[in-house]
Amino acid sequence: MSYLEVNDLRVHFPIKGGVFGRTVGHIKAVDGVSFSLEKGKTYGLVGESGSGKTTTGRAIIGLNNITSGKVMFDGVDITNIKRAKSDARKNIQMIFQDPYSSLNPKKRVFDIVAEPLRNFENLTRSEERKRVQELMELVGLSPESILKYPHEFSGGQRQRIGIARAIALKPKLIIADEPVSALDVSVQAQVLNFMKEIQKELDLTYLFISHDLGVIKHMCDQIGIMYKGRYVEEGTADDIFTNPQHIYTKRLVAAIPDIDPNKREEKRVFREEVKKEYEQSYNDYFDEEGLAYKLQPVSDTHLVALPEKG
Amino acid sequence: MWKFTLRRTLIMIPQIIVLSLLIFVLAQLMPGDALSGQIGPDVDPERLDEIREEMGWNDPWYEQYASWMGGVVKGDLGDSFRFKMPVSELIGQRMVNTFWLSVATLILTYLIAIPLGIASGRYNDTWRDQLITGYTYVGFATPLFIFALVMLWIFGFKLGWFPTSGSITPGLEPGTFEYLMSKIYHLILPALSMALITTYSTIQYLRNEIVDTKHKDFILTARAKGASESRVYNRHILRNSLLPIAAFFGFEITGLIGGSIFIENIFGYPGMGQLLVESITLRDYTVLTATTLLFGVASILGALLSDIILSIVDPRIRIK
Amino acid sequence: MSEKLLEIKNLKTSFRIKDDYHAAVDNLSLTVNKNEVLAIVGESGCGKSALAFSIMGLHTRAKIDGDILFKDKNIAKMSSSEFNKVRGKDIGMIFQDPLTSLNPLMEVGEQIGETLYLHNKNMSKTDRRERVLDLLNKVGIPRAEHVINQFPHELSGGMRQRVMIAMAIANKPELLIADEPTTALDVTIQSQILDLINKLKDDMDSGIILITHDLGVVAEMADRVAVMYAGEIVEIADVKTLFENPLHPYTRSLLNSVPNANSEQEKLHVIQGIVPSLQNLPREGCRFSTRIPWIDQAAHEEHPTLKEVAPGHHVRCTCYKHFSFPDESKEEQHVLS
Repeated sequence: MSYLEVNDLRVHFPIKGGVFGRTVGHIKAVDGVSFSLEKGKTYGLVGESGSGKTTTGRAIIGLNNITSGKVMFDGVDITNIKRAKSDARKNIQMIFQDPYSSLNPKKRVFDIVAEPLRNFENLTRSEERKRVQELMELVGLSPESILKYPHEFSGGQRQRIGIARAIALKPKLIIADEPVSALDVSVQAQVLNFMKEIQKELDLTYLFISHDLGVIKHMCDQIGIMYKGRYVEEGTADDIFTNPQHIYTKRLVAAIPDIDPNKREEKRVFREEVKKEYEQSYNDYFDEEGLAYKLQPVSDTHLVALPEKG
Repeated sequence: MWKFTLRRTLIMIPQIIVLSLLIFVLAQLMPGDALSGQIGPDVDPERLDEIREEMGWNDPWYEQYASWMGGVVKGDLGDSFRFKMPVSELIGQRMVNTFWLSVATLILTYLIAIPLGIASGRYNDTWRDQLITGYTYVGFATPLFIFALVMLWIFGFKLGWFPTSGSITPGLEPGTFEYLMSKIYHLILPALSMALITTYSTIQYLRNEIVDTKHKDFILTARAKGASESRVYNRHILRNSLLPIAAFFGFEITGLIGGSIFIENIFGYPGMGQLLVESITLRDYTVLTATTLLFGVASILGALLSDIILSIVDPRIRIK
Repeated sequence: MSEKLLEIKNLKTSFRIKDDYHAAVDNLSLTVNKNEVLAIVGESGCGKSALAFSIMGLHTRAKIDGDILFKDKNIAKMSSSEFNKVRGKDIGMIFQDPLTSLNPLMEVGEQIGETLYLHNKNMSKTDRRERVLDLLNKVGIPRAEHVINQFPHELSGGMRQRVMIAMAIANKPELLIADEPTTALDVTIQSQILDLINKLKDDMDSGIILITHDLGVVAEMADRVAVMYAGEIVEIADVKTLFENPLHPYTRSLLNSVPNANSEQEKLHVIQGIVPSLQNLPREGCRFSTRIPWIDQAAHEEHPTLKEVAPGHHVRCTCYKHFSFPDESKEEQHVLS
């Protein structure tokens, strides 16, 4: 039994249209996604804009309504997390992309970080203060700064405040939605290092959503690649980066700029080849609607979306 | 596009039904009826009840509403109890007057708002802008009826430049040039008084649109192409800022209705606004409900117009 | 040696904050040659965009001192009507976010056509249309006859950026400034756009200034690289030298902080402290010294200048000679607790 198990998850958004604004169709933002997370590991969900990776994360935590499918967390069904026992809501927290807009600018850091504590735990004022100060220290910010407002912090510090809020209730699973995309490289390094550190310290499990393959490779044990609401490939970091099987994954990996200028020409030729292969074998990898097929195992850890044989 | 217009027009139907119900019920709730205060004490109360029965005033409200609406749909707004004539006839000429007053006011409003808004937005935070914004604050703070009274007193009575009441000099033949000029002459002062006050919102709106648009990224793109400042303004900033103003047009109409009630009464201008107030004081319910309904429908049409204009001018909505 | 196209001399771009002017680009000198891609790298607030905007004359409220010589004409001192004949024609610019950088209420064709019209008022309407279609084809937009009458919001992000590029190259500029041209795009689209820019560069034989924070993009695209920190260039070298033998502590720190898909590293390097704001910038001495406090103050120059350490390789300050990363784990402790 895995720690988090997502089974055939679907999130469809209605499209309104016509004279009477009836539902004329659905956008299948997430269209039958299944994966599972092991405790204490980091699972990376990768895809380009519109792939449904963020919707998947938001659906698990209850920010998007699940159309169908099942989500199990630690053996408990949390598909309808809003009505689930509050334990699950406490144990799963989210870190958002933009540290500038995800913190209420009118609230002091103290109130921002204390908010989840107030929702779930009955603490006295002084206990609460002590907890917040501990959390601030844990994320590397000075405990005295709790009376400041978010705008008085830099981007990296703000993201740490977001992390402090997320770990306030000692959660077991954190869904991190593009946590470093809005940050400069050096600040990004700071946040990534820190996330790794608290993972060990607090025995956290991460669902790490990102479009940046470099970051994903650095952070994740297992990776799922999404395209148009479906999985195209899943495997260990090694499977994905050194042995990509699906043409979409190959293309994605080929598109990452190489930091070695000597390999420039080599890379360009390689990309050209992959592009040709993509165009030639497109129909082998996608169905008539241009969507991915069901995942088929190619090894113990490696799954690829291929048409069923026979 | 046509789908959007059709849908938007269909939405109007329930709006108008709710509006008519509301007007009708409110009129019913008003104390007294058309007979109160008009009948001498010597009239037999039984006779009064007979009249009420005859007029259908004792029927349940929904029956009265149904018969009223039935008439309205056929264009029959009932008879004025006071003027002893069909309401539609009574309203006819006044509606034309109010229409022209509104047109004149709108023209003046835009004549004032567009140059001032552009100057204010283009040269924002200069003395020119501060002067214009100052004016808009005054316009915002000044009650229309007081301002109109002052205008009437200065230009009508003291200086005698404009007539002080009516919509036409008596005795002129309709259709002649003199008749037309007299009409316009009577319009100017009330329209100007209203425009000077109500224009503030359009100026502010235009100014803010321009200031906003000025800081958009695509303005940088235009400059990077080598467009001159004046071209950047005319082609990119102004064009993009005037479109929302065009959409605002429908809502101006709604604003005008409120204004015309004050203005027509102060300037003794025989329009719908004046009729509305008269019908309230005289408890002439058929007239009251009819005028209110027409004003309400005009507001709803104004909003519709706004949406349609916006959908025509803004490709982002048009394409949908 | 290749032909000089743009020469910036002692450029100082200052912004007014509370009655005082603060330089975002501080006494910067730089040359761009014909047919080369010069990348300018740095993190937000280092002044790289302010530099691009200065060249294009897009700052409305900044004080600009110094000279910008474009083909020996000083464009920094030109009147706006003179300069309007240059920008859009000889110098083109591509912006970061193609959605907000295109006029939402104007058809794509009209926007590209405007660039043509502004610099050639005699071109007939049909000729202009032909040329716009040409450009759309050239930047790889399919069904150009259809797209020409579309509005920006009807196109995908990648297509919009292609439109921006078509606009920038409409008059075959000799210098192209690309300010974070792929930051708002997905990776696969990014690689297509970068390939397109590369192809166009070879076709047009023009110089390109590529402004980016992405070292991967630099490695793929640049011929030469200038690294900016706090308004100054701290290191400039050809791309291979910069990645193989980076000298300045900032360059080295930056390179070590990137998670790289092609290498294994458990910990990323973290630069201590934060980028100082414009008002709090230490303008005396080495500006990077506060971020590497473990290096002896004596290692820094009093007035650091860019010095040529090898042909074409310039480094600011002497601190690079004495720089080494502190013990990784110890440093992490320091930063994180």
